[in-house]
Amino acid sequence: MKTFDYVRPASVSDAVAAATEPGAAYLAAGTNLLDLMKGGITRPDRLVDITRVPGLDRIEPMPDGGLRIGALVRNADLAHDAEFARSYPSVAEALLSGASAQLRNAATVGGNLLQRTRCAYFYDTASACNKREPGSGCDARIGENRLHAVLGWSDACIATHPSDFAVPLVALDAVVEIAGKTGRREVALEDFHRLPGDTPERESVLEPGELLVALRLPAEARGFSAHARYLKVRERTSYAFAVVSAAAALRIENGAIRDARLALGGVAAKPWRARSAEKLLEGQRPDAASFRRAAEAALADAKPSGDNEFKIELAQRVLVRALLLALAGTPKRVPALPASPFSSPAGAFA
Amino acid sequence: MTPEIGLTQTSRHARHGSNIGQPLTRRDGILKVRGEAPYAADQHPAGMLHAVLAVSTIARGRVTFLDVNAAKSHPGVVDVMTPAHKPPLAEDPDAKTNPFMFRMELLQNDAVRYAYQPIAVVIAETLEAATEGAALLAPTYEIQPARVGLDSNDSFVPPAVGVGHPAVIERGDVEAGLASASKRIEAIYETPAQYHNAMEPHAIVAAWDGDALSIDTPTQGLAMAQGRIAGLFGLSADKIHIRSPFLGGGFGSKGLISGPQILGIMAARLVGKPVKLVFRREQMYGPVGHRAPTRQRLRVGADGEGRLAALDHHAKITSSSFDDFFEPAADASHTLYASPAIRSSHEAVRVDTGTPLFMRAPGEATGSIALESAIDEMASACGIDPLDFRLKNYAEVEPISGKPFSSKALRQCYAQGAERFGWSKRPPAPRQMRDEAGFLVGWGMGTATFPALMFQGAARAVVRSDGSGVMETGAHDMGQGAWTALAQIAADGLGLDLDRVEFRSGTSDLPDAGIAGGSAHTATAGMAIHNAGAAVIAKLADLATSDQRSPLFGAGNAGVIARDGRLFRRDDETRGDSYVDILTRAGLTEIEARGTGTANPAAQADYAMHAHGAVFVEVKVDPDLGQVRVTRAVGAFAAGRIINPRLVRSQLFGGMIWGVSFALHEEAVIDRRSGRIMNPNLAEYHVPVNADVPSLDVLLVDEHDPHVNALGIKGVGEIGVTGSAGAVANAVWHATGVRVRRFPIRIDDLVVGHQ
Amino acid sequence: MNHSISLTVNGVRRDIELDDPRVTLLDLLRERLHLTGTKKGCDRGQCGACTILIDGRRINSCLTLAVSHDGADILTIEGVARGDQLHPLQAAFIAHDGLQCGFCTPGQIMSAIGLINEGQAGDDPERIREAMSGNLCRCGAYSGITEAVLDVQNSLAEANQRRSA
Repeated sequence: MKTFDYVRPASVSDAVAAATEPGAAYLAAGTNLLDLMKGGITRPDRLVDITRVPGLDRIEPMPDGGLRIGALVRNADLAHDAEFARSYPSVAEALLSGASAQLRNAATVGGNLLQRTRCAYFYDTASACNKREPGSGCDARIGENRLHAVLGWSDACIATHPSDFAVPLVALDAVVEIAGKTGRREVALEDFHRLPGDTPERESVLEPGELLVALRLPAEARGFSAHARYLKVRERTSYAFAVVSAAAALRIENGAIRDARLALGGVAAKPWRARSAEKLLEGQRPDAASFRRAAEAALADAKPSGDNEFKIELAQRVLVRALLLALAGTPKRVPALPASPFSSPAGAFA
Repeated sequence: MTPEIGLTQTSRHARHGSNIGQPLTRRDGILKVRGEAPYAADQHPAGMLHAVLAVSTIARGRVTFLDVNAAKSHPGVVDVMTPAHKPPLAEDPDAKTNPFMFRMELLQNDAVRYAYQPIAVVIAETLEAATEGAALLAPTYEIQPARVGLDSNDSFVPPAVGVGHPAVIERGDVEAGLASASKRIEAIYETPAQYHNAMEPHAIVAAWDGDALSIDTPTQGLAMAQGRIAGLFGLSADKIHIRSPFLGGGFGSKGLISGPQILGIMAARLVGKPVKLVFRREQMYGPVGHRAPTRQRLRVGADGEGRLAALDHHAKITSSSFDDFFEPAADASHTLYASPAIRSSHEAVRVDTGTPLFMRAPGEATGSIALESAIDEMASACGIDPLDFRLKNYAEVEPISGKPFSSKALRQCYAQGAERFGWSKRPPAPRQMRDEAGFLVGWGMGTATFPALMFQGAARAVVRSDGSGVMETGAHDMGQGAWTALAQIAADGLGLDLDRVEFRSGTSDLPDAGIAGGSAHTATAGMAIHNAGAAVIAKLADLATSDQRSPLFGAGNAGVIARDGRLFRRDDETRGDSYVDILTRAGLTEIEARGTGTANPAAQADYAMHAHGAVFVEVKVDPDLGQVRVTRAVGAFAAGRIINPRLVRSQLFGGMIWGVSFALHEEAVIDRRSGRIMNPNLAEYHVPVNADVPSLDVLLVDEHDPHVNALGIKGVGEIGVTGSAGAVANAVWHATGVRVRRFPIRIDDLVVGHQ
Repeated sequence: MNHSISLTVNGVRRDIELDDPRVTLLDLLRERLHLTGTKKGCDRGQCGACTILIDGRRINSCLTLAVSHDGADILTIEGVARGDQLHPLQAAFIAHDGLQCGFCTPGQIMSAIGLINEGQAGDDPERIREAMSGNLCRCGAYSGITEAVLDVQNSLAEANQRRSA
């Protein structure tokens, strides 16, 4: 790890000022940043430790009925916040499906959204990676790419975004608040992460020095709380990144779908909102056939980026299952194996 | 430098009768749960510096430049050891004068023969400085194309596989047997490269004092490590003191001292100060061995009754470009199933990898998953229940040799395991069972087997005039429980209660206990202890029976037995004499004797010696999403005398979890072009986590073996892996109807599989 | 530049002059304070061997900088027993043989203490297995680990019942 200056600002404006220089990075829990620094993937000159900046660690109800979550709220604290879990159960489920209890105790909400890809070629500094080193090429494209993106990828980059948390957030129209030199701005989370195109090194709309200070969930998203699930398929039962995951949320009235919210994880460089599929479901009877049609629509533009064609079919099945689980209803308590296929209630599929 | 290594803590249990066979808790448990058990990397002698390896990022070629100046100018960096700047060695690290001597990279030149090979060592005042110094070396290379995978080079028949086994063995006429068979199957199974990934990274703390060398490092073979170091540095072995009281897991990766451990010693010599060198996790994916990938073809023939007519097991395996270790995968077919014709054969391919080596059940594990899958496929082809099929083909003598078994309680394993599992309710066809939630349920089984081996070991026993005893042997505890099980044998051997015995172990100045491998450590070191105990008791008996003042006078040496610190006349137990009185009268403060443990060649010539077991597994598979979960596993094992059933069950649980991991999780993903391992970590090289491990059940089946050794011990360290991996694979087939023959079984295999 | 931090480690206040901000909490404990019970298995947050409690919460000490924890209250495996009196989890790990090589054991025990503090798993074995999944054990002592945690959870529940009865 390269030596760095360590500064600990006491306010958001001091933090933004301290992080303006090139080579600066914000440090919160560090569960991702330190991993990247140890691997030599990121070599910042200055760490701006924001953990003591007051006011960023609160979960606050908004006057309009929404919820504002400070960027420094720990993943575990948010997941175990009773009011939050009641209102946004699929988000709590996703949070508890990520990493391990130790990491969730440390990792922050902002850090979760800003975590970098797990692409092995990004992590391996001896490999060519346009995201790590713009213009160097993409070894993943012709490498071991069984788990890479099937949506929104480019020849420059086929990496996926690893967050579980972000998937239901995108489905539920979450918004992030950003502080910068010139003040604050808001961006829909769906527009926050960028697809790779020719500039995979730019992963979000954050400008240099900008700080993600909070996340907001709209009041309207509570309307899905009776039928909202997150489902994650992975290569071991726990403590593994998603092969594919899906968030599904439904509002059902008079036996028909009034409103649907769908997003996929592990398939693209960003949490993938499936708007065309949502539209197909509106007004439909909630059943396996309509869910399957929606899933097909969600993956209509998918194409393999390597040895990963199976993910296209798998993503559809995960989406169908997530919808079936959502239809069956949100469990009163997060299951013992959060977001696992093996936590399904009896009769949720057949 | 090290805390007291001999364990004198008393255990907290009532003990009834013999120490052997008692389920004592680990005697080292208190140290371990308090964080006080000293592992090598926990040492920090005064003045110690930190060394960090720089490793190659290419798999084949040579290093053309290292930016030593950049590294040296980093604050805190003391020195950089490179091919151009290193202490001399007395021996060529590429020399190979015996089959257990493996070539290592000690900066002897600029050649790179595999990825993650050490190419320099940075020594600094702090770990942080040494780590960054290693990064600053920024090597450049002359790169040659890497040979990756089983098809990347010409294949050849290796001179031997495993440890000196013939590469090709045939008994009977396999082709004729296949031609005559009424049912035939031919299937190809593939297994990936696997890495031991002990939780404790290899580490060494080395300190020179003139030409004396003091080392803390985890090793499964103290004496072999000492000998190797002595050769490399031109020292006599008694100048080298190695402490390895606790290994944080080994699984074969710490059987032979590795190159980077030697580099730690060289670094200490270079800077003239004690040095600590700890591997980073990714550095464990090169120089410490691995389980070689295999492609195995099985051809099986059976007659109309479901009796095997022929079994042909061919394995293609990889080895490194510069050394010879050949995974004896096909040998797994030698012992289990009675076939009039059996052939095992191997072919090998040299690729640009670190040399593969022993990894928990080397050959047995890779071969077992293929054989047990093929047997399951054949049972299904014959329309016979897999257990019935195995019973129908039960080997009454060892098929490959025709020798009788020294003991074999496999039938009881099958019966007891099947009963506990409820196997009789298994529907024969696949994809018949669902649970209440709709998951596919499948039941599979496999037969476990592992040879009962012994190496050579020695021990020294002492009885003191205060009535206490000492037993010394340089044994290795990597989690199997040597501190406890060997102490139990020691107590019985000395005729003392366990808390009267000081058991000394884990250092190189003690008698050589033999390598902790091949599931042979308890038998080897245990027999040495047993014989040392018998020898010291014989000396005591000599003193007593020739002493007119002793109640045992005239009893004759063979006429006494030892128990609870006393000798008794065998024919009259009212007449006894205490160790204290015997030694006190003789004016001795202590009496000592030595013993050795080794296999009996005559018994080995006459008998086939193996432990056996039967493993039954239930899996649930999501019918749409392909995710698999093991929900239940029962293993019934017969392994001769069980010294400590509590620890043995743990060993077998661990082995069974390795079997689950083999079937469902573990795989080194190797980039097909660069030869680099792309998941050299614990996040993407998946080993099972707690949530993957279901309710496990181990049954210990009684088995008395009069031939393996006087204690009747067969060993349990590795057998749990065998049988289990195949049982999981067979259960997945039974759940889904999809026969996956490339391991680990992946979600993709099952999602695509039943479209 | 030196950074002065003050930590309470196992109940003892330690004032530390850090000459290097790169030092992780794990390396501070092991290499500078010589509290080596906390283990380094991967150094990348992937194994859990370095689990400690900060202000009562279990975290991976390898993925956090010492310099950012000024004022923290830290509990490591060395601070768990009261003299010769083992913590109930320590005793339960021995009784259920929830360890083999012992290298992951300090992290497992710290994680289990953290889990009980969190109060999320109760006496449900499935929840305990999931909640302990951040601690790898290559020897495969998981059955004993789960039983040990369950055992302590059950005795806590009984004790609570007795108190409220």
